[in-house]
Amino acid sequence: MSDAESPDGADENPLLRVEGLQKHFQVDEGLISSLLRATMGKEADYVHAVDGVSFELERGETLGLAGESGCGKTTTGMSLVKLHEPTDGRIEFRGMDLTESNDEELDEFRRNAQMIFQDPFESLNPRMTVYDTLAEPLRIHDIENETARIRRALEFAELQPPDQYFDQYPHELSGGQRQRVAIARALVLDPDFVVADEPVSMLDVSLRAGVLSLMERMTEEFNLSVVYISHDLSLLRHMCDRLAIMYMGEIVEKGATEDIIENPQHPYTRSLINAVPVPDPDVGRERVELAGEVGDAIDVPSGCRFHGRCSEYIGDICETESPSLERKAEFDDDREVACHLYDSCGERS
Amino acid sequence: MTRKISAERGRIQISGFDAEKVEQREPLSDWTEESGDETQTRWQRGWERFKRNRTALIGLAVVAFLSLVAIFARPISVMGTTVQPFSLAPYDPAAILYLQDPSIGVYDPPSSTNWMGTDASGRDLFSRLLYGGRYSISIGFIVVVITASFGTIYGAVSGYYGGWTDEIMMRIVDTIFAFPFLVMALVIVAMLGGGYWQLVLAFSLVGWASYARLIRGEVLKVKENEYVMAAKALGARDKSVIFRHIVPNAMPPLLVVASLNVGTVVIGVAALGFLGFGMPPGSAEWGTMLDQTRETLIQGPDGTIPWWATVFPGMAIFMFVMAMNMIGDGINDALDAQETGAGQQGGA
Repeated sequence: MSDAESPDGADENPLLRVEGLQKHFQVDEGLISSLLRATMGKEADYVHAVDGVSFELERGETLGLAGESGCGKTTTGMSLVKLHEPTDGRIEFRGMDLTESNDEELDEFRRNAQMIFQDPFESLNPRMTVYDTLAEPLRIHDIENETARIRRALEFAELQPPDQYFDQYPHELSGGQRQRVAIARALVLDPDFVVADEPVSMLDVSLRAGVLSLMERMTEEFNLSVVYISHDLSLLRHMCDRLAIMYMGEIVEKGATEDIIENPQHPYTRSLINAVPVPDPDVGRERVELAGEVGDAIDVPSGCRFHGRCSEYIGDICETESPSLERKAEFDDDREVACHLYDSCGERS
Repeated sequence: MTRKISAERGRIQISGFDAEKVEQREPLSDWTEESGDETQTRWQRGWERFKRNRTALIGLAVVAFLSLVAIFARPISVMGTTVQPFSLAPYDPAAILYLQDPSIGVYDPPSSTNWMGTDASGRDLFSRLLYGGRYSISIGFIVVVITASFGTIYGAVSGYYGGWTDEIMMRIVDTIFAFPFLVMALVIVAMLGGGYWQLVLAFSLVGWASYARLIRGEVLKVKENEYVMAAKALGARDKSVIFRHIVPNAMPPLLVVASLNVGTVVIGVAALGFLGFGMPPGSAEWGTMLDQTRETLIQGPDGTIPWWATVFPGMAIFMFVMAMNMIGDGINDALDAQETGAGQQGGA
């Protein structure tokens, strides 16, 4: 799946390349506090939401971003579709650097990159009918054949018959239907790349399977590259080709989904996978309990950010030296781990 | 239920259940898509709720009545042609009656010819009262339209862009808030001189700030919604994000404040009139009418107090403002209950 499948064959670049993406939020932005800071000569505090994330995404590939809440998954996702201006780092889409793109290129990017949000009760404007919601992207990008395209998108999202949904307002739809409308909105522009931020976590369990299979079909039929953001590893295992595990704004382990789930190497990944409930009382397993709280995202811990909670703590190096995400000599798959437990094979990512 | 309660052993009597009705009702299978696809917008549902609110309807009726009466009080002509020929008021509001009819004097009590008596200059109070609504009511509505539109744009821009733009724009608003509403209006009218458009200008200059602050707050709330993010991710321009997604969703509180504000402005105009700063003396504006008869509150010209000269104009102001507030409360209830209703209607 990961080989160059692009129909035009012109791209040697991956569809999306993210390098050292950083997003810091200033903590206290008000006039008074900035004046105070200026007079007292203090530096502003920043929340390090995303701190150096790098990955590549091929055409048609699905990548899962996992991690506990507050680890920067959603901020990463939003930066990917340019809802945040990154503090530092590069995002390349089809070889085009988004941080330096002009309006025209940005327009082109917006047409090809879409986002599906977590809460379908929030992501649709309550004052707009389904038709208007779906027509908006088409009108923004001056695309003709409005009605036909909208009908097709609704049909694809399994909202049948589509005409019946045209004049409905979001509050008249169920949660599952709303999320389907949100998916249809993302697909109506025929994008290449979609970020799905916890697409089913707000839905009833009974509706999840339907929406997930719709998303699977969408990935396949549109040959989409998708970044799934979720804390639910079983979902990601089902949906993704590759996984990246995030902790405090950094990727700690990344590789093929099966490799990571079956054979996690980073201590944090292990504890995450251990926390996934197994619906079988006979499956006994060694539990790795995570001690302590997630570290302070403003005053970031030195060295490895996980060292305070790590069960495999091996000494000073964990506290002084920040491990880089790289291939390790111990593993022959294309996995990358950021941990001092393993020997670097000399090749940095 | 007319059925007798059976005392037989082993029988369960279900009250309120009528087997015949169940058998005769329309089968659910007859239900078609057409019979159920009426959609009600939020505003329609809000209106339904408003209609059930009796107080608000009374308010609406009073405001409509006073407005209509003011319009039809005397003929209106625009550039020489008469567009409104009706004349409900029995006399010209500016006519000094004893010049035409010596039997009518100054401060005549209510009678069959002058229903509300006459004022200090011997003018018919009833006619003046009907006509006076034109000033007060129209100033109220014009000022609210101007301030609400400007305040909305100002607040939306400030809240949407945030940062330094917001900081500077809101400090300007704070400056306006630092002056008491009425005192500032008074100063402006005192500088410009009295008159209709001067009053409109004065109240507009001081009135927009509260809308700006309100809308800014709403925008800050609404802009964090995911549908705003979604629109931005689609590449929507700032203008379209603000006016298609943010402002419509920030409207309900604005409507409530605007309807209450009409009353405030009318009172303000009357207050300036009472202080002698409103319309030119002698014009039939409600507050100015009060001002001219002010001294009679303590003692009338012949030792008695001509109560009608102050009570009726005061009553007109009171009724209008009260009615506007009732409408405002009605809108608040209609849209508020609406919010909670929408929440309950959802569900997966």
